[in-house]
Amino acid sequence: MAAYKVLIADDNSVDRKVLSRVVRNQGNEVIEVSNGFEAVDAFREHNPEIVLMDVMMPGLNGKDATRKIKEIANEDFVPIIFLTSLSDAQSLADCLESGGDDFLTKPYNHIVLQAKINSFHRMSEMHRTLLHQRDEIARANKHMLQEQRVAKAVYDNVAHAGCLNADNIRYELSPLAVFNGDVLLAARKPSGGMHVLLGDFTGHGLPAAIGAMPMADIFYGMTAKGFGLREVLREINQKLKSVLPVGFFCCSAAVDLAPDRQSVRVWMGGVPDCYLLRADGKSIETLSSRHLPLGVLSGDKFNDQMSEFPMAMGDRLFLWSDGIIEARNDAGEMFGQDQLQHTIRNSASPLNVFDDIQTVVNEFIGESEQDDDTTLIEVIMSESLHDTREDSGQNKNSNNANANSRGPMDWRMEYHMEASTLRTFNPVPLMNHIMMEVPGLRAIGGQLYTVMAELFSNSLEHGVLGLKSSLKGSADGFMEYYRLREERASSLQDGYVRVTMQHTGDDASGDLTLTIEDSGDGFEYDNSVLFKASDNTYSGRGIPLLNSICRSLKYKGKGNIVEAVIHWPIESKTDNELAQTTDAFPSSEACDD
Amino acid sequence: MSVRASLEGEGRELIIKVDGRFDFSAHQEFREAYEHSNGVGSYVVDLGAATYLDSSALGMLLLLRDHAGGDNSAICITNCNEDVKKILTISNFEQLFTIQ
Repeated sequence: MAAYKVLIADDNSVDRKVLSRVVRNQGNEVIEVSNGFEAVDAFREHNPEIVLMDVMMPGLNGKDATRKIKEIANEDFVPIIFLTSLSDAQSLADCLESGGDDFLTKPYNHIVLQAKINSFHRMSEMHRTLLHQRDEIARANKHMLQEQRVAKAVYDNVAHAGCLNADNIRYELSPLAVFNGDVLLAARKPSGGMHVLLGDFTGHGLPAAIGAMPMADIFYGMTAKGFGLREVLREINQKLKSVLPVGFFCCSAAVDLAPDRQSVRVWMGGVPDCYLLRADGKSIETLSSRHLPLGVLSGDKFNDQMSEFPMAMGDRLFLWSDGIIEARNDAGEMFGQDQLQHTIRNSASPLNVFDDIQTVVNEFIGESEQDDDTTLIEVIMSESLHDTREDSGQNKNSNNANANSRGPMDWRMEYHMEASTLRTFNPVPLMNHIMMEVPGLRAIGGQLYTVMAELFSNSLEHGVLGLKSSLKGSADGFMEYYRLREERASSLQDGYVRVTMQHTGDDASGDLTLTIEDSGDGFEYDNSVLFKASDNTYSGRGIPLLNSICRSLKYKGKGNIVEAVIHWPIESKTDNELAQTTDAFPSSEACDD
Repeated sequence: MSVRASLEGEGRELIIKVDGRFDFSAHQEFREAYEHSNGVGSYVVDLGAATYLDSSALGMLLLLRDHAGGDNSAICITNCNEDVKKILTISNFEQLFTIQ
């Protein structure tokens, strides 16, 4: 049995000696004192584990001594057991009231005495463990908060950066934890206009913060280099898909503001309906999510199609994560889409909408705990968007964009591929990469990729491999086509494809001429009907699609040479029309891997 | 919240029923419901008694899809109430699952 240090305070020396002997005989160390003052002093000096205290003593009585000792012990638990010959309930209760933990009535029962000492010792052990663990947790928590504060500083620089302070943007982020799962990015395009991205990562805290890093990097990096939003989204999706574990993704709304076209293009995946409010405040359009969140689909399945809406000066776009709609009040009810719409419709002026939403949502939530992040952003189409100066609200992220923006303007390059290369190598990404060095071509990177992929696969499949596009007319034929393509490509011995790219231009515009020649037999063509393009011969070769992008497109020689001229900036055709045609045309996938 | 799994069609179809709030707290149970099912060809997630679905539940469905063979999986989500259906629709999950 363990030995405990026991303090015994009793003015009756006979009683005290009897008790000391019992306690000592049970293997404990005993300190004896004969009044309250001595008890307090002895407690300070010896730091006993248990105190046995007589109630009535001269000088300082037991109850007062107990109060003092408990005060000294502070948060340590020192059990004090009163020794008393009192037996009426009220007196016993008073003992406990003064801070005592138990009482023992005279004459003492040895067995009960030992049992109580043991029991209280267990209790103080438990108390010590508890205090220790509490301190550990507090220390760990302090450490974690410290780390999070540093990480949050980095996160905020990354996730809520760019030109969020531009005069056409208002936003509100209310963090649930130190980090929230919401990301808000905005960057000016080198050509004028702006990209805005609101993302809501699954979960909160670190997992969300980690995903935000590559997302923001890609968003700012590619926007500054002049890439279109579709390419940016494609890249972000690819990155998130590869770095996030399955089941983690980012619900997003991405916006491409084009002040010169007075339009906005929107891509929404997994976020609630958003609203476009006209400058007059009367008409509201609802924008709905049409895609899966970012980071769910692999690159080849990802759909980057955007929806375009006219957006005049002063029109306002409101975007939010689901936190606003799912905000709960005390009764656990959700704020909901209807109330949000109601708030917007009832605002006195479009200028007040942002404040009204904030006020109404905050009133609704009241004192209840916030469930989710409630991020809200208002984007206004404004004249200031024409401004492409670097210092106009943009932060450092893209400061160097214009310094080297001129890029290679006048150049020509030929790439000749022999059979052994054609068997396995897909040159389209490489070619695209070279073209992307020209800033003016970056904005139409997606279209260029399509043109290059279409023309190259035509040359390879119809020219070198001799496949007939008519095969693709039926589902079975389609399968057969790709089976044959695989078979012939893998056993290819002779043949070539030669790609020639030539670019001329200046800061404002330019022309890219793409010539692709193959070793095949060619086909009978008539350039004069290419642009009418309802003919099956041409639609099988993806020509209508290419016509929508190229300034001119013609076949040469025996039909084994095709020449496409692409002029930038592309004016008349929208990305939207293009996306639809791209989707309808399957053969571009052949080169996509 | 509770998750119950049962096999039908001579062990070829696994039916997973989720009751109450389908959120992160269901994570462990939901995974256990399908993890050890061998020889299952198709899955049914019955959300008839699910009152709510959050984004971590969507994540769990994606994990199930991954387990069931990704693009080749056959997973049907059934009996969704209006709120649950709305959340699945906003996320465009009908592109990945059969939703009835």
